[in-house]
Amino acid sequence: MKRNPFPMIVLLLVLAFLYLPIIVLTANSFNLSRFGGAWEGFTLNWYHQLIRDDDVWIAFANSLLIAAGATLSSCVLGTTAALALHRWKTPLQNVHYGLIYTPLVIPEILMGISLLLAFTAAGIDCGLHTILLAHITFCVSYVAMTVLARLQDFDDSLIEAARDLGANGWVSFIKVQLPLLFPGIVSGGLLAFTLSIDDFVITFFVAGPGASTLPLKIYSMIKHSPKLPVINCLSTVMLMLTFVLVLASRALQNIRHQKTAQKTA
Amino acid sequence: MPMRKRRWTEWAISAPSVLWLIIFFVIPTLLVVAISFHPASPDGGIGKAWTLQTWRHISNPNYPAIVWRTLWISAATTAGCVLLSLPCAFAIARMQKKWRAIMAGLIMLPFWTSFIVRVFAWRLLLHPEGFLKHVLVSLHLAEPNTQLLYNSGAILMVSIYSFLPFAIMPIYAAAEKFDFSLLEAARDLGAKSFFAFRKIFIPGIRRGVISATLMVFIPSVGSYVIPDLVGGKNSELIGNKIYQRTFPDRNLPHASALSTIMAISVLVPLGLVACFLRRQDRDEALRIAESNAVKQRGGAA
Repeated sequence: MKRNPFPMIVLLLVLAFLYLPIIVLTANSFNLSRFGGAWEGFTLNWYHQLIRDDDVWIAFANSLLIAAGATLSSCVLGTTAALALHRWKTPLQNVHYGLIYTPLVIPEILMGISLLLAFTAAGIDCGLHTILLAHITFCVSYVAMTVLARLQDFDDSLIEAARDLGANGWVSFIKVQLPLLFPGIVSGGLLAFTLSIDDFVITFFVAGPGASTLPLKIYSMIKHSPKLPVINCLSTVMLMLTFVLVLASRALQNIRHQKTAQKTA
Repeated sequence: MPMRKRRWTEWAISAPSVLWLIIFFVIPTLLVVAISFHPASPDGGIGKAWTLQTWRHISNPNYPAIVWRTLWISAATTAGCVLLSLPCAFAIARMQKKWRAIMAGLIMLPFWTSFIVRVFAWRLLLHPEGFLKHVLVSLHLAEPNTQLLYNSGAILMVSIYSFLPFAIMPIYAAAEKFDFSLLEAARDLGAKSFFAFRKIFIPGIRRGVISATLMVFIPSVGSYVIPDLVGGKNSELIGNKIYQRTFPDRNLPHASALSTIMAISVLVPLGLVACFLRRQDRDEALRIAESNAVKQRGGAA
């Protein structure tokens, strides 16, 4: 049957729309022209300026530190939350589910302002520690949801088998359930890490003066720095980093799939 | 296991996350509403007395205009995203399995990158000396003094760009389950292809459309970065005002009242979905929204 070409044309245009800004941005990081209206020649000059900017390195270190802390803490809180949600169907767990779910749907700016007000009311000065507390709070929901999805595919008869063989609740959890759940916790953790590294709005509200992360640094460069091309370079580096990470995690998943396929074959 | 011990285990395992979220999510949220009923103290803090003063200020003509602008830009963004997503999801769902995975990956890939970087890329593209202006002027589609940046149109454009995958993915998830032989049957019976698309395909994937609507509308209402970086003085949204009242003006009760209004604007469409849809449609729409929210890591705001 002859198909209408219209949907396909729209799809191709949308893909062009999605990639155009990114391609122009990357090209301009090598462009001598300051605003990138036209190509004026190739240069690595902007990259040299970027590497020499100490503030960028400090912001990068802060981002990594906060992301590591937020990932570890939210993995613990999110995994216990998912275990409780999966195991019990009580009124308490209905409330618990609401607590986990709501932060996923409300706009980020609301979480940012409410935490700022809470810290102000409690007399806590803002800084890296308040950023960490905020990041843990929004990461918990994502880790809990990821682990919960994994638990729903989990074969509960394995736990029963362990119990039948004499393991108590704690031993069967440590020896059977946790190892099987581990990939789910790792992917929840990866999600938390990228969320934390990337977050701007919530961080912006609870950062206080002086504390900076990479997104905050980019924002202040956009707002205040006259050096547009240097921001292009930093953005390009971050884009490439994400692409490599995503492709690597895809490749890892494929290898794992092939291995399990071989085992079952 | 004895009943009492089970209760104890449940509380012990639930306690860490429940307590954390009560302290860092529930109490701060309630605090926002409470602070909107307190006066601002001269030192930028919060006064002790209870008052309706802030809410009286908020009803002066400036604010309703901003709320209105936020709502119409969000509605237009949602409509734009859904309209673009329908043909895209349709085209992807009709491909072979291998191509479907590649296409879904291609659509998601730009959105795994930093949100602020993507908005900055647009700012650069729309810049008075930027690439898009250059192209449009040389094609005689724009005057040399046309301003592409710093207006509501720029906000709309960048919002559609930023939230498009939130619409494509749920609609595609629904389209993937759609039985395309129904369309062929309709055409065999003489329906034109667009008629069949409108009367059979769209009703068939309505749950995906509902969750796409929610997933685009909610972050658009909460938008701050987009209007701040590509919008201008005359295109401020609620998000900009919340920022302004919080930092430069340091009037926390005003910021709280505006946040409360924003929260209500988000809860209303959620409430409408909860009350007026058939139970199955609603549950399925919320399920799609939930699984996509996690998959896409809510990467925009």
